[in-house]
Amino acid sequence: MSQATMTQDTTPAPAPRTNTLAGKSLPRWSPIGFAAVSIALAVGLGTVAGWQSKMQWGLLAALFFVVLTYTAASAVEGKRQAKDRVATSVMWVCFILAVVPLASLLWTTVGRGIKVLDGYFLTHSMAGVPGFEAGGGVYHALIGTVEQVGLATLFAAPIGLLTAVYLVEYGRGTLAKAVTFFVDVMTGIPSIVAGLFLLSIMLMFKLQPSGFMGALALAILMVPVVVRSTEEMLKLVPNELREASLALGVPKWRTILKVVLPTAIGGITTGVMLAIARIAGETAPIMLLVFGTQLINSNPFDGAQSSLPFYIWEQYRVGSDASYDRAWAAALVLIAFVMILNLVARGIARWKAPKTGR
Amino acid sequence: MAKRIDVSGLSAFYGTHKAIDDISMTVEPRSVTAFIGPSGCGKSTFLRTLNRMHEVTPGGRVEGKVLLDDENLYASNVDPVSVRRTVGMVFQRPNPFPTMSIFDNVAAGLRLNGSYKKSELADIVEKSLKGANLWNEVKDRLNKPGSGLSGGQQQRLCIARAIAVEPQVLLMDEPCSALDPISTLAIEDLIGELKERFTIVIVTHNMQQAARVSDRTAFFNLAAVGQPGKLIEIDETERIFSNPSVQATEDYISGRFG
Ligand SMILES: Nc1ncnc2c1ncn2[C@@H]1O[C@H](COP(=O)(O)OP(=O)(O)OP(=O)(O)O)[C@@H](O)[C@H]1O
Ligand SMILES: [Mg+2]
Repeated sequence: MSQATMTQDTTPAPAPRTNTLAGKSLPRWSPIGFAAVSIALAVGLGTVAGWQSKMQWGLLAALFFVVLTYTAASAVEGKRQAKDRVATSVMWVCFILAVVPLASLLWTTVGRGIKVLDGYFLTHSMAGVPGFEAGGGVYHALIGTVEQVGLATLFAAPIGLLTAVYLVEYGRGTLAKAVTFFVDVMTGIPSIVAGLFLLSIMLMFKLQPSGFMGALALAILMVPVVVRSTEEMLKLVPNELREASLALGVPKWRTILKVVLPTAIGGITTGVMLAIARIAGETAPIMLLVFGTQLINSNPFDGAQSSLPFYIWEQYRVGSDASYDRAWAAALVLIAFVMILNLVARGIARWKAPKTGR
Repeated sequence: MAKRIDVSGLSAFYGTHKAIDDISMTVEPRSVTAFIGPSGCGKSTFLRTLNRMHEVTPGGRVEGKVLLDDENLYASNVDPVSVRRTVGMVFQRPNPFPTMSIFDNVAAGLRLNGSYKKSELADIVEKSLKGANLWNEVKDRLNKPGSGLSGGQQQRLCIARAIAVEPQVLLMDEPCSALDPISTLAIEDLIGELKERFTIVIVTHNMQQAARVSDRTAFFNLAAVGQPGKLIEIDETERIFSNPSVQATEDYISGRFG
């Protein structure tokens, strides 16, 4: 039977093969060898040609690596293994290309930010410190960011969550389609537009700038992100669980509350945290609506506040060595803030995720 | 406790597709009724119309009457939630709640429907797990997640969960299709015990199982692919397996199909 189908096959017979399953293969160290050779080649060529940019050297090395791997592997191991190796090496190259800027960004921020980052910096404001002199701190901006982001989350997380529950559990027909469409549109709103929108409201009702107004703009940016991620997570909850609960005579709303949401809670938390991370770095709405200050104002409902991204921008604009240092230190604080939130989210996700095992 | 089910002129639809057509039958209380028939003939669909789970599927629609001791489940003033409390269901694939422990899984139906005292709950959970022949295997790890059990244990956990709310009818959709012979036997014994208290309907592809556990057997068939499924006949299990009144039933049971 299989003989017959084999002979009918029109593809050319495979290259002569030995009868064993094991073929020739490159030694295990060969990728490292290829990498060394291609880097050497690229450096050599780069120096000879007198290229200044290290970027060109790196790209050339990557190119050499891929070509070298392919030719060597197809000569020794055969076409399929060669393709496999090329795919693997392209993936590695892309991974390195993605990680290099990230690592260098972290390296620079930590290196330059750590200089003035200490207890004093974290607990003092810029009150009475001339911008171009050393001293002062980030406390007022940190408070501003925590309060504005906290308020924004307080508004956006429930709205986003409930919208997603509506879309996944109840939404049918035109209304659901319309909601989905508007969420998509909202995802694309630039932060400055959200800021201008609230600014026009602020002027219309003759309100003063405050952390609260900024939080509203941040909430507008946050809602679509929360909706999208929560929606995906709720869709992952198997229908069988909903049916199991309904079949026990549990009403639909309790099924959602007690079965669907707990099952998805890990992913939902991660999504909310990512949304928080996204808005924590927004500057534009803060400039327009919170105005910025050098003083500590811990009341988000009254008067101007500062925030970390705003502080960074402000310090950078001053343009003295001391203010540059402060800007970098504040950037480091912002990254740490987001990172800590992220770790907390992962912790919660792991703690709450459906447990398996005995 | 156990109730009689009277179905008359029941058709069920998925959107515009008619899955079952004009089914009428009576399910006797305190007995086991088995549904057999080829794949796709609408056994699961019919089963789900008996506790109003069919309408949970998007596009699901039902015509006809299902009387539970003279009360029409599809009357306009009937709340599907209370129907499902009276008519419990065990699904083909075990589906314990992954976020809950074994204890909470069994207590889920009670807890999600009202408040109970801790000691009361513990009693009911123990009774249900014993009823489902699972107590001895899990009594030392009631606080461990339910998804950590084997497939057969999970299925018995789902049965315990279904009987914990004391339904009057228990619907089982191929409860043993993923189980080994020993777990299957355990569940069949369990069905034998449960029929003292409940009305039981079981869908199965296993002829021996139908012959072993059921008092009455209903044979479903469909004329052709895409056609709605129909009830061919329902009778005492012994008659269906020895001397059915329709030729198609005999062909199906003896494996001479098509
Ligand atoms: N969710 C659904 N949407 C649309 N059609 C469906 C759906 N579920 C089932 N059907 C259709 O309804 C018919 C009956 O399906 P059903 O699941 O009741 O068959 P069954 O007898 O239980 O089969 P099996 O023995 O394989 O479980 C089939 O034609 C099937 O394609
Ligand atoms: Mg089925």
